[in-house]
Amino acid sequence: MKLFVSEGNPHCVKALAALELSGVVPFLNRPVIPVLLLPSGQHLFSANAICQYLTLRSKSFSTDESKQLLEWEATELQLKVVNHHYMSKRLTGTVYSSPKWINCTNISWAVGMCDNLFLICVPVVFQEILADIVLGAALYPVLSDPAFEVGDLPSLQAWFNHVRELPACQSAAQKVLNGKGLEALKGFLQKQPVPHLQRRDSPPSASEMEESEPVMTQEEIEAAAQAWRKGLPRARPIVLFKGKRNVLLTSALPYVNNVPHLGNIIGCVLSADVFARYGRLRGWNLLYVCGTDEYGTATENKAREEGLTPQEICDKYHAVHCAIYKWFQISFDYFGRTTTERQTEISQNIFWRLHERGFLLEDTVEQLHCENCQRFLADRFVEGVCPHCRYPEARGDQCDKCGRLINAVELKEPQCKVCQQTPVVRSSKHLFLDLPKLESELEQWLDKSTSSGDWTNNAKNITRSWLRDGLKPRCITRDLKWGTPVPHPDYSDKVFYVWFDAPIGYLSITANYTSEWEKWWKNPQQVELYNFMAKDNVPFHSVVFPCSLLGAQDNYTLVNNLVATEYLNYEDTKFSKSRGVGVFGDMAKDTGIPSDVWRFYLLYLRPEGQDSAFSWADMALKNNSELLNNLGNFINRAGMFVSKFFEGHVPEMVLQDEDKRLIAQVCWELKQYIQLLDKVRIRDALKCILNISRHGNQYIQVNEPWKKIKGGDDDRQRAGTVTGVSVNVACLLSAMLEPYMPTVSQTIRDQLQAPAHCSSATLGTDGGFLCTLSAGHPIGTVSPLFQKLESEQIEALKKRFGGQQGDKVRALKSQKAEKSVITAEVTKLLELKKELAVAEGKNPEPSPQKGKKK
Amino acid sequence: MALRELSSLEKCLGLKKPNKYSTQGERKVPVLQNNNGPAVVGLVTIASSLVRDAKKTELLGNTAEQRAVVQQWLEYRVTRLDSCTKDEVKVILKELNHYLEDKVYLAGNSFTLADVLMYYGIHYIIMELAVQEKEKYLNVTRWFDHIQHYPGVRHHLPPVVVLRNRVYPSGQH
Repeated sequence: MKLFVSEGNPHCVKALAALELSGVVPFLNRPVIPVLLLPSGQHLFSANAICQYLTLRSKSFSTDESKQLLEWEATELQLKVVNHHYMSKRLTGTVYSSPKWINCTNISWAVGMCDNLFLICVPVVFQEILADIVLGAALYPVLSDPAFEVGDLPSLQAWFNHVRELPACQSAAQKVLNGKGLEALKGFLQKQPVPHLQRRDSPPSASEMEESEPVMTQEEIEAAAQAWRKGLPRARPIVLFKGKRNVLLTSALPYVNNVPHLGNIIGCVLSADVFARYGRLRGWNLLYVCGTDEYGTATENKAREEGLTPQEICDKYHAVHCAIYKWFQISFDYFGRTTTERQTEISQNIFWRLHERGFLLEDTVEQLHCENCQRFLADRFVEGVCPHCRYPEARGDQCDKCGRLINAVELKEPQCKVCQQTPVVRSSKHLFLDLPKLESELEQWLDKSTSSGDWTNNAKNITRSWLRDGLKPRCITRDLKWGTPVPHPDYSDKVFYVWFDAPIGYLSITANYTSEWEKWWKNPQQVELYNFMAKDNVPFHSVVFPCSLLGAQDNYTLVNNLVATEYLNYEDTKFSKSRGVGVFGDMAKDTGIPSDVWRFYLLYLRPEGQDSAFSWADMALKNNSELLNNLGNFINRAGMFVSKFFEGHVPEMVLQDEDKRLIAQVCWELKQYIQLLDKVRIRDALKCILNISRHGNQYIQVNEPWKKIKGGDDDRQRAGTVTGVSVNVACLLSAMLEPYMPTVSQTIRDQLQAPAHCSSATLGTDGGFLCTLSAGHPIGTVSPLFQKLESEQIEALKKRFGGQQGDKVRALKSQKAEKSVITAEVTKLLELKKELAVAEGKNPEPSPQKGKKK
Repeated sequence: MALRELSSLEKCLGLKKPNKYSTQGERKVPVLQNNNGPAVVGLVTIASSLVRDAKKTELLGNTAEQRAVVQQWLEYRVTRLDSCTKDEVKVILKELNHYLEDKVYLAGNSFTLADVLMYYGIHYIIMELAVQEKEKYLNVTRWFDHIQHYPGVRHHLPPVVVLRNRVYPSGQH
């Protein structure tokens, strides 16, 4: 047997004392803790277990009382002693009195109870001294400190002195203290990690708070700051609710290293946000999840460019995405990411299920390999001529023109996008998802889903054309590093191709949000799934991903409603990051135009049914005509009349035919609004809101309450009714606006002091146009909701986001435009260059060599 | 938490009459009020006394050595495991994984109270582990799966799925 002890560790005192008692000669060594090597080869590393072993070898069990004291010593007293030393380290040199923790502990209780100075009242056999030794040693550093004033605990001190004088303890203490006295113990204690006095999730008690300023670790500080930043929580995670309409909402996962442009925002997250907010008002049990799609070549490449690791790139851009969506007030229940453990777990599980069920094929693939860049050119890193429609800028996986998916080797005249070299074809072994084998099952499901759910026409058409062309096996693996590893041993150096992996992100993101994710995702009977996306994403959501889920045969929830938008163009061209054309998510904020107005305009021209185009002039026009003159004007007038003519209290309303007609019109529009939004016709439903305020404006205009208020009693009553009805319409509008313009909606309710729940009351199951603000209701201060967008401001913005003036000049030159036109544009270009130079703090005059070159 | 654990333990031990427990202090230390004698305080102490009541003292170890080892792991459970922070979880798993490398149970070749209480205490950690981590701590996972399938142990806790086949090629961690 060997006993390993260390100098200055009070717990070694116990072990040594026990050794003395049991008569075993110790063999001293000095590692960190007392360790006892048993004859069987097992190590005992717990001082208390060693003591129990040594003292109890002859007897089978110690009493519950001493056991209990030992357990308490291990779980609480040790921590308290270490913590005590943290405190006293700060108080060096001062005398401190007995800390409260001793006062309220078992020990003083036990000491007080017995007269013969042992903890267990009748220590007939020496084994019962065990508790005294263990506790005495633990308290040794505190009670043997001369600076410690025992105060009102004389019996404690008496007990301790008694234990300390036991010959076994004396000899043990001598060995451990090694002549250095108490200092040896202090050194040990202060080296111990800061104890976590609290168990997980138990709040600190008041007594402990006042006793010591808590010692905080960096980690705790960070966690607290994070929790604080989070703001008010949205209750508990949203879990499935039996008997309610359970709606699961996803918007296409934005690719992490692109800053989303307005087209991306309206195409997925903003559209889904409107629907999510609407669904919550309707009282559905709704969960809206999204996140960044982070794996793939593009990330690897970007990381190489910026000299960071792919993970760092993802972290950086994930934050950018979060900030943008926050500014646009996208109300995700959870915005996650695809690079998580859950993602690996779930996608590998689906993979194995597909594998076990024979839905994966193995094949050798010819792939384009760029000899110059030394890698396989996946996805988007090769461009060429589309083999179907001859579009010259088709990408390696899909043609933007005809929308067909392409195998990179089929591209005509392929080019490496990085170095422009022509790649060569090389072969490598890959796994394929056997789509033809799943085709009939897919078609069956599609028939059902498209007929019972709401699929936009483009989604149905794209899916149909895919099936018409016949399904082919699709490769699900890639020769890359940054991705979810393929768990199959034969493919250990490969990862999943993002299209297989990314949609699984919906599941893993939900799993990161709630542990009950399977109730959402393996529950087609109770869950209605909506996918929001732009049309280029349709095939992955309607064919490929459903095939993965159907093949896995795990009762997965499949999409019921596939909502796809067309494209949003910028002015009359495409958004382009490289050419700096268009407004990108992070810039919208810098325009000074409120987030709500951006939301309104994007939703107003949401590409439903056909492509649409963003235009600055049109944005200004819609802001000024619809928001300012129509909606804002009506709501503002209604409120103003109440405060000006009726001292801020809603007047008595006596409805006449004219008022009833208006109410009927409003009800009809409201019904339309609900019908349209139920079918996810977001743009059309917005028109209903504007129609209501148009009706309202007309109603005020015809009834002229500002004149009637000056008339006789009947006229005054009429003015009151018109004002009262109008302000109630305004309140209704605030509810209808909530999905579209959440801030404005809230502002209206604040101004009218409308009850907080009026939106959900209006749009809920038993809702409708109700008289929410009854006679006598006091309203708050009314102020204008919108501001005019001036034409100069708009011109400036147009210029700023219009792309490079150089492009325009080059285009004109190549078109052989009239000289005067070109000269005018060139002058503009030079002006802009000067402005730029000034802005950058450089000399605005062009350098002579460059200027003369032409 | 500890109370549910104790009532599961009672069932596991085949004790017919359930005891009444309360808790004390902000750490919610369980207390067993005895009719004939003073209250018993502390999870390990109560659990050991239940084992004796059930006359299954072999669960506390058959030899002095084994008894000490059982005691040590019980203590480990209520000290290290119960007060561990998120960061320490990995350290604990590593320690246990290493320890269990050549053992079937915590006390070597026989099933003891240490296995039961450690299983109850570590369950929430194992639940959260990803497949990959479960493979990383292979010995812990094997031991855990063994205990959760040990007749009568898993009472109040949901089963944790453990894959039989390795999903990850070894040496990738």
